[in-house]
Amino acid sequence: MILLATQKWATAKAEIARPLYWSLAAAAFVLLLLVWSVLTYGGHVPPLFLPAPDEIVRAAGLLFGEFDLMQDIYASVLRVTSGFLLAAVIGVPLGIMMGSLKVCEAFFEPFLGFIRYMPASAFIPLFILWLGIGETEKIAVIFFGTFFQMTLMVMDVTKNVSQELIDTSYTLGVSKRSVFWRIILPASLPGIVDTLRITFGWAWTYLVVAEIVAASSGLGYMIMQSQRFLKTSHIIVGILVIGVIGIIIDLLFKWLYGRLFPWMGKGGAA
Amino acid sequence: MENKLCIENVSKVFLEKNATVTALQNTSFCVAESEFVTILGPSGCGKSTILRIIAGLEEASSGRVLLDGKEIKEPGKDRGMVFQAYTLFPWLTVEENIAFGLNVAGRSRSDQQDAVKFYIERIGLKGFEKAYPRKLSGGMKQRVAIARALANDPEVLLMDEPFGALDAQTRSVMQELLLSVWDESHKTILFVTHDVEEAVFIGDTIYVMTARPGKIKARIAVDLPTKRTYDLKLTEQFLTIKRDVLELIREEAWKAANANLPEG
Ligand SMILES: Nc1ncnc2c1ncn2[C@@H]1O[C@H](COP(=O)(O)OP(=O)(O)OP(=O)(O)O)[C@@H](O)[C@H]1O
Ligand SMILES: [Mg+2]
Repeated sequence: MILLATQKWATAKAEIARPLYWSLAAAAFVLLLLVWSVLTYGGHVPPLFLPAPDEIVRAAGLLFGEFDLMQDIYASVLRVTSGFLLAAVIGVPLGIMMGSLKVCEAFFEPFLGFIRYMPASAFIPLFILWLGIGETEKIAVIFFGTFFQMTLMVMDVTKNVSQELIDTSYTLGVSKRSVFWRIILPASLPGIVDTLRITFGWAWTYLVVAEIVAASSGLGYMIMQSQRFLKTSHIIVGILVIGVIGIIIDLLFKWLYGRLFPWMGKGGAA
Repeated sequence: MENKLCIENVSKVFLEKNATVTALQNTSFCVAESEFVTILGPSGCGKSTILRIIAGLEEASSGRVLLDGKEIKEPGKDRGMVFQAYTLFPWLTVEENIAFGLNVAGRSRSDQQDAVKFYIERIGLKGFEKAYPRKLSGGMKQRVAIARALANDPEVLLMDEPFGALDAQTRSVMQELLLSVWDESHKTILFVTHDVEEAVFIGDTIYVMTARPGKIKARIAVDLPTKRTYDLKLTEQFLTIKRDVLELIREEAWKAANANLPEG
């Protein structure tokens, strides 16, 4: 215990070396693979429940080669991005307005807060009724699943812009109107990009929900089909692909964050 | 000398949920052109409030503030302000912060660059032009904040405990730096502090405020040479003024403390 407490890595919030960080990250994946291998190759779990790793690799080859998995990926990415972008295009400006003008907050906040608790998936029957079973319905589900949270989160970010910065800008000649562009927007932009990163992750979870019902393409659809034919390995490939796409997008957002906001410390909030 | 700024019968009452707080009561005083005024008073007596009213960030409940004879209604770049909290815009570099006011006013790039060059030199931050505020120490941040306010060329500079968060050595350096910058521009300055030594050292005139509700208790003309260096703080003359001011402020500090006791 004493030894542990004197170690640098055991100090709360202390930095550790990059190589150590990445080795630990890799170790977690290796560990997962190890447990998986022991369970499957050791014959502890029947292949129907959990196929062995090499089976997954073979399934992936098959799916990408003959079943045109790229087509499904493309369809899914397009849906998520459309629904998400639509939510962002409306939600971000609205959130900023709500965070800076009390009249906007009073009008929208209770209303959005109310709808936010309604589960998007429960709306699927209604959306199908209203919009049919085409792309519009899928995009609507994703929009519905992300828009309300996103808008409220952007509002909170904007509300947290320091009043002192705003006051200072007034004493330097900034007008009541241009304070939006001069102060509120640049001050809340990092928080907004972070909000987008988080809500994009949620958009993916709603995608699968949307594609499980009344779809004929996409990763969710593929997973649903595989379940019907008891292709456990295909389900796992589908899930892994979603995970990989998710992590790539997350890294993309983090990279963008670093490029856009060199004034924020390394990967840290202000 | 002519009066640059006049505070006339200003009162300020804050409305809380179930009580009202009278922060200022009929406060009046005038500041001459190029005068360096320091304001002292016990905590909570309304020093920040009066600066915020002059800046136009807060509305007076009654009374008025005149700048060059014209009544103040809202914030404007003719009244620059430096706060105790660090208020540099974190997304702008040091030079962009200094040029901020000129940029807002739509002044040419070369005007902005000239101002940056001039003030970077004055505040001794050469080489930090492209740095972001998070990389600066507290003292450096306040130097940039002062430069940013001065580069905008305000009629009056309002400073609310700008060195309050700095350690004693840094504060002493900053005082001399402020005086040397002031020596060139001779701006009209209102400087709030709770440090008696600081008030005597940098001010031409000291206003001591009463405990809340605040108003002016005394006006002290500081009869010290205009050129001031740190060794002045050890002279008999300086210490006499300091003692007088301490005496005045002590009374009010006790009043302020007793006012907060349950028995009253
Ligand atoms: N926005 C506000 N709402 C309600 N009361 C306020 C507000 N601002 C200030 N006050 C009250 O007004 C009084 C004066 O406040 P002010 O900040 O001007 O004091 P101060 O002299 O600057 O004190 P300090 O030396 O601690 O900075 C205090 O009692 C404070 O609680
Ligand atoms: Mg104060």
